[in-house]
Amino acid sequence: MERHTGINLDMKKKKLVEIKNVSYAKNGQKVLLDVNFNIYKCDFIAMIGPNGGGKTTLLKLMLGLLKPTSGSLRIFDETPGKASQKIGYVPQNVHINRSFPITVLDVVLMGKLEPRTKWWQRKRDQDRREAMQALEIMHVADCAGKMIGQLSGGQRQRVFIARALITTPELLLLDEPTASLDTKGKTDFFNILKELNQKISILMVSHDLFIVSSYVKSVACVNKRLHYHDQAEITGDMLESMYSCTVEDVCPVELVAHGLPQRVLKKHDEHEHHD
Amino acid sequence: MIEALQFEFMQHAFLAGLLASIICGIMGTLVVINRIVFLSGGIAHAAYGGIGLSFYFGWPYMAGAIGFSTVTALIMATVTLKAKHRTDTLIGVMWAVGMATGILLLDLTPGYNVDLMSYLFGSILTVAISDIWLMLAMCGLICCLMLYFYQDLIAISYDQEFARIRGVPTTLLYIMLILLLAVTIVLLIQIVGLILVIALLTIPPFIMERHSRSLAKMIIGSIILSTLFTICGLWLAYTYNLTSGASIIMVGGVVFFLFLGVEKALFRFNKIS
Ligand SMILES: Nc1ncnc2c1ncn2[C@@H]1O[C@H](COP(=O)(O)OP(=O)(O)O)[C@@H](O)[C@H]1O
Ligand SMILES: [Mg+2]
Repeated sequence: MERHTGINLDMKKKKLVEIKNVSYAKNGQKVLLDVNFNIYKCDFIAMIGPNGGGKTTLLKLMLGLLKPTSGSLRIFDETPGKASQKIGYVPQNVHINRSFPITVLDVVLMGKLEPRTKWWQRKRDQDRREAMQALEIMHVADCAGKMIGQLSGGQRQRVFIARALITTPELLLLDEPTASLDTKGKTDFFNILKELNQKISILMVSHDLFIVSSYVKSVACVNKRLHYHDQAEITGDMLESMYSCTVEDVCPVELVAHGLPQRVLKKHDEHEHHD
Repeated sequence: MIEALQFEFMQHAFLAGLLASIICGIMGTLVVINRIVFLSGGIAHAAYGGIGLSFYFGWPYMAGAIGFSTVTALIMATVTLKAKHRTDTLIGVMWAVGMATGILLLDLTPGYNVDLMSYLFGSILTVAISDIWLMLAMCGLICCLMLYFYQDLIAISYDQEFARIRGVPTTLLYIMLILLLAVTIVLLIQIVGLILVIALLTIPPFIMERHSRSLAKMIIGSIILSTLFTICGLWLAYTYNLTSGASIIMVGGVVFFLFLGVEKALFRFNKIS
């Protein structure tokens, strides 16, 4: 709460991202409405919300890949796009060109890309070692020499996470990084994130609410508008308002009814209403 | 074959073929991995408008063709960047309009008696020494840019968004790529003609794509294959008095289908054993 009402009591916490009254419309359709949101150092935020709620859009706005229709974003005290090198990003859909001639190791090494450092100036051995380490962390080191197109969806996702890890980011933006990981992969991955979180701030889009709730420090619900919850607790009310049940989406409200969550999130403030 | 090389026109043809192969190997690979084959087709056919323009106003062929195709290529690149979903239609329209412009301008050119066939199917055997110098310059330029931007080009071809986040000037590089492509296509029209230019540009990289472990290897493999196709094609054209451009492409096509067949057979064999 103290972090969100504007009065930041903990002055030592550095503000990494500041989003003020941001709206975004595409083809006349409002995707995001009046979003206010900050990310501080060492935050671990889960972003939840229905498909089409605007989660990916919000991440792309932060990365400077999209421009807001109105409002302002400051990322590391700069305009979006300027400081994106400090952000590690795992996209939701990496366009898949299965026959692209590139090995897994080279995909990860893309994370070390710096336009000002050309390939002949790079510290190859060191980069390579870091890339192998990242692959080991993600348990796909044995695939390093394979072509990227030969991997399964889940393996490929691990590779893209490894690529984000070696960018030595200060902030990690993860767009449904666990969508095609197996159960063990997910728990492993959340444990890795928990460790990384000691140094790096993390914002993660995820639908695995109940695993997430025991790892993250706060939750942001995005459905056109954004609601921020300081403690990782979940109420049926909140989920009901944020999720509309779709065919492909298992409605979390239903899961709540089965008594799965142990903790309960505070209700949205009175003045916060969705349309 | 060897005795054929004593003729100056054959020496020129060989040089032109070799340079074209290097250019093709590099640019063709970029075309294939970026999936812009259709756009290349658009540029090639729109270039015909440039040829018409050159004849109508009495400009040198290269000036008109390169000018016209770079302008159309820039328009196409802008469209691709701005309105992705409309790209195919617009390229299709520019493709046809460019070609129609060329034909109409040639109709209107007084005393027009140029061999249309040489632009449709190329004329490597009559390539001028000045064009060879031009190709050499282009070849050098492409090689340098490719070496300098190697990693950035891989990154924008594989994952454009990620490249942008890492600070790669993606838009600029894309426009550079399209402009180089436009010039490349005009130069290649001399060798194999505009009907066949796409085949020469794409067949070698298609064969190499799934069997290369890196972009560099794909490029080198494509250069070797292109060289093979042009030399064999030239030899066939010389020996049996055939159209050179068509012979070159025919060699490429045969190798392509042989390759597909062998690949399929090996796949079956692996499955059985
Ligand atoms: N390229 C696009 N063109 C048009 N509309 C888009 C595009 N991308 C996203 N949208 C719209 O933006 C909305 C939010 O999408 P997105 O941010 O991907 O949602 P989420 O990631 O939460 O599932 C959707 O309603 C979708 O229709
Ligand atoms: Mg999304």
